[in-house]
Amino acid sequence: MTIRLMQGNEALGWGAIAAGCRFFAGYPITPSTEIAEMLSRELPRCGGKFIQMEDEIASLAAVIGASVGGLKSMTATSGPGFSLMQEHIGYAAMTEIPCVVVNVQRLGPSTGQPTSASQGDVMQARWGTHGDHPIIAICPTSVRQSFDLAVTAFNFSEQYRTPVILLLDEVIGHMREPVELPEFNTVKHVERTGTDVPAEWYKPYGDSISDVPPMASFGEGYRYHITGLFHDPMGYPTQRLDEIDPWIERVHRKIQRNLNDIIMVEEDGIQETGVIVVAYGASARSARHAVKMARQRRHKVGMLSLLTIWPFAEEAIDRISRTAKRIVVPEMNLGQLALEVERVAGKRKVVRVNRANGEMVTPQMILNAIEGR
Amino acid sequence: MSQERHTAHEYLRPTKKFPNVWCSGCGIGIVMGALIRAIDRIGLDKDEVALVSGIGCTGRMPVYMDFNTMHTTHGRALAFATGLKFARPDLKVITIMGDGDAMAIGGNHFIHAARRNIDLTAIVVNNFIYGMTGGQYSPTTPMNARASTAPFGTIEPPMPICELAIAAGASFVARSTIYHAVELDKFIERAILKKGFSLIEAVGYCHTTFGRLNKLGTPVDMMKRLKENSASLSEAEKLTPEERENRIVHGVLRDVDQPEYTDLYNQLVERAMELKSQEGRRSGGAR
Repeated sequence: MTIRLMQGNEALGWGAIAAGCRFFAGYPITPSTEIAEMLSRELPRCGGKFIQMEDEIASLAAVIGASVGGLKSMTATSGPGFSLMQEHIGYAAMTEIPCVVVNVQRLGPSTGQPTSASQGDVMQARWGTHGDHPIIAICPTSVRQSFDLAVTAFNFSEQYRTPVILLLDEVIGHMREPVELPEFNTVKHVERTGTDVPAEWYKPYGDSISDVPPMASFGEGYRYHITGLFHDPMGYPTQRLDEIDPWIERVHRKIQRNLNDIIMVEEDGIQETGVIVVAYGASARSARHAVKMARQRRHKVGMLSLLTIWPFAEEAIDRISRTAKRIVVPEMNLGQLALEVERVAGKRKVVRVNRANGEMVTPQMILNAIEGR
Repeated sequence: MSQERHTAHEYLRPTKKFPNVWCSGCGIGIVMGALIRAIDRIGLDKDEVALVSGIGCTGRMPVYMDFNTMHTTHGRALAFATGLKFARPDLKVITIMGDGDAMAIGGNHFIHAARRNIDLTAIVVNNFIYGMTGGQYSPTTPMNARASTAPFGTIEPPMPICELAIAAGASFVARSTIYHAVELDKFIERAILKKGFSLIEAVGYCHTTFGRLNKLGTPVDMMKRLKENSASLSEAEKLTPEERENRIVHGVLRDVDQPEYTDLYNQLVERAMELKSQEGRRSGGAR
């Protein structure tokens, strides 16, 4: 493939196609609309389906419906639409139906500033829907990573039967970089585990070695029930504690036991004691620049980029907090992931660098924090 | 009669624990029976039928039935069903909703599913009330009726379900009642066979909440009221507009053939592929 200049949003769309996404339902919203536009052009050409729904609630509903029909499915939105999707993120978590939800974050709350960048939906991605549930959220820091992590989002979603939030920000979504995308047939993709047992043996929510029950698509001969109510191994509604408790334990366990696979971090100079910058998304770009400037000034500084923000990289933060003098956490919000870093590393070591007015955190702001100014 | 029971048993889940959630005397089971008889008469394979429902008393119907069944969120059944049907046009997708479910929280999806004319069958059981939550007024509650959130009577005009579907562009629209069970069977059968969006309004009652709050008596009394207060299309023609106002007019209100969404999408794919191959030839020449 040749090197092309493209946006993060476009690269993400190609990543989805390379991962095998064949269904998209969405509703126009800045700054995510380019994803819908490119998929409305490309999906019909590769045997896929594109539909523009009447709102974001319907979009995620259609995506879940299509996933039950056997297609890898995705929607894309931004803050206000992401708020509307919360109920169905919970439905997908409860029913264990794979789907990918892209949120290109913009400045909020409310209509906020549609074309301004933000990382204000970090906690909403984790706890936006009601009730306890596991979730995976991943954040690219470049155009090429938007492609790669779109593939990863689908792979996680299909492998673990869970909704996956692909959390971009306006900077990454709209930024253009020259990229060389891989040949799509060389991209590693994961297919959901199906079933071939006789229909009367199939338990849609039964126990399995992996804690992820095999998923039959509708129309394959396994006539089963899906519900957002708590359900027994057959999928039927239940109020029995001895069926509710095992369900809660299993869906959390299926993520917890695979943290090594799911949590992706990039380390740079972590072995050095000194200051460590923990960053994600567009703020990681500013952080990288700040670390470079700090090293030129002979400061001992390392960097930990979090590509996966949920589940939180507790182990990595715990490890660096043992030796680091200070941990600097730059974010385009008033301190959301910093709460998690503080929880693990202790409040005293953490220095927050925040900006929540639609502009990026600058390298100079981070450098000041590194130097303790 | 014994043969009728046999038909129903064939389509009920042997693994599902009965009894059902509905109050004794409820009419939702009659609609379930009508749906089973319609599917049986068409001779559909159980594997090719998908039932998608929302939340409420009516939303509980699919769990008892031996098809691919999906109990979704409040008001959104048609949006889930749209995704499923679009992904799998080979399935017969039937949505089952109540009046609060389909008309209030799901009103927007109802309009747009009809407008898109996607090949879904929508059954709305209209009992004029939110039953499961205890009798609050719904968009179809008649003016001045009592509800648990309308202790002094409702002051909102009711929503005409069938007329809304017609205005939005549905291909097949029919209304019947749980008293007219045989007619209901036939209408559902025609709705399933119709290519395009089809709507059945099945008028029922809720004696537990609406009936009690409005002093309408037992389920038998309410069933009698359905009989006495309804009029077929031909009967309704003989009535004055004022008389018609107070009747449930039942019959097929619309039946037209128009382009269906998944068919149109297939044509779109052909156009897209044609353009792609033209572009391919052009860029191939330049290389």
